[in-house]
Amino acid sequence: MTTTPAPFVRRHHWIVRLTHWATVIVLAGMIASGLQIYEAYARFGNRGGPYFVSPFDGTQFPHWSRLGGWLAGALNWHFALAWPLTAFGLLYLGYLVRSGEWRTLLFRPRDVRGALEMAKYYLHLRREHPPQGKHNPLQKLAYTGVIVLGGLAMLTGFAVYKPTQLAWLTALLGGFQAARYWHFWIVWIFVGFTITHVILVFAVDPASLRAMLTGWYRGRFPSHD
Amino acid sequence: MTERPTLRRYDAPLHGLDRRTFLRLGVTAGVGTLAAACGWDGGHLLRPGLLDISRVNDWVGEKILFSPTRLARTYSAAERSAMLPSYFISTTVPMLEDAGAWRLRVEGLVAQPLELSLDDLMRLPRVSYTVKHHCVEGWSAIASWHGVPVSAIVERCRPLKAARYISFASFDADYWNGWDMASAMHPQTILAYGMNDNRLPAAHGAPLRLYSPTKLGYKLTKYLVSMTFTDTRPGGYWEDQGYPWFGGI
Repeated sequence: MTTTPAPFVRRHHWIVRLTHWATVIVLAGMIASGLQIYEAYARFGNRGGPYFVSPFDGTQFPHWSRLGGWLAGALNWHFALAWPLTAFGLLYLGYLVRSGEWRTLLFRPRDVRGALEMAKYYLHLRREHPPQGKHNPLQKLAYTGVIVLGGLAMLTGFAVYKPTQLAWLTALLGGFQAARYWHFWIVWIFVGFTITHVILVFAVDPASLRAMLTGWYRGRFPSHD
Repeated sequence: MTERPTLRRYDAPLHGLDRRTFLRLGVTAGVGTLAAACGWDGGHLLRPGLLDISRVNDWVGEKILFSPTRLARTYSAAERSAMLPSYFISTTVPMLEDAGAWRLRVEGLVAQPLELSLDDLMRLPRVSYTVKHHCVEGWSAIASWHGVPVSAIVERCRPLKAARYISFASFDADYWNGWDMASAMHPQTILAYGMNDNRLPAAHGAPLRLYSPTKLGYKLTKYLVSMTFTDTRPGGYWEDQGYPWFGGI
């Protein structure tokens, strides 16, 4: 007896695939140049203190993780890469809005119950995988969160870049050193998200990797809501 | 039926790369390039492009984000930081041999060139404020400064229409900075002869330094000897090495 495999279905528009992989590359450059910039003053707080509590106080990150060679080089990389990162981010958001695809992605209050069921499944408190559309509620929470995080990265970045001209923004974030602090923490949330994301792709749905590359999906989950 | 390697499959690696090997090589080359790029300021290929983009960012900072009237937040004297690091590029603190003979030369594209002593400067309008100092390295510190606004000097030397920039020179080796006129005319841009209610200390640029809370520290020339009005954009000590020219915050 032969089983015919499920047909391929279109899952990701080219804008989604382009902005996804472009963001991987550009964000890596932003983080690497950011770590080189961090080297110049590896703590948070006005000179003479008090300083913010940080596990990376005084840490120099390994040479391979830094981009730019020295502070000026890193600044130029960072401020140059900020343009494509913002452009890809806006292109992606524009696509989500125009295509209506935001509906399959945005975590809304009605997703809370489903998120709890998903959490139960992962914690082995329920046996069968809850039914889902293109994304399950926990995925929606993660993807909505990472988009918000991108916005916060940009806002905290501007607050550090122009603390006098954009004083209102810097003040809103708690001041210049606080904005630096949040800007730095956002990096580790991004890194944590990426590690989790990659692990889940391979552990739960490896077919989704091909879908993000070619646009076509043949896996265990539905491709539309 | 067991599959045997066909001649074609067997020969393929000898004649060219199969798809998988090609991909593997591509990924290796990509990773290698990235690895080489780390700790890398762009090299001969990318550095000029990065500097061009930096000039675009200067333009955005100067023409869009900078406001000639918006004042930086001021603080109370009680909020001063415990310390404010000083720096100079000479090997020892730059000092004048004859402080009494020191004059600030105001020259270039001006109707009235000037030579001002410290006493002359102290007789001019005085501005004092307590503001936050932002270093390009990421540190900040609050301190008080007093001195004469650059706009008061401009009023007296009357720059020609063609003058669009000011080049500030120092006696700290070859340290210097170029400024746009709008930043120089900002009400909080001063030639400071005092810090934290005292005379400007030698470590911070005595007898006279440029100060403004709208610029990063490296734009604030210390140990001033002259300000020259020009029609072409001057560089600067760090700016010529790749730091952003505008340096506005």
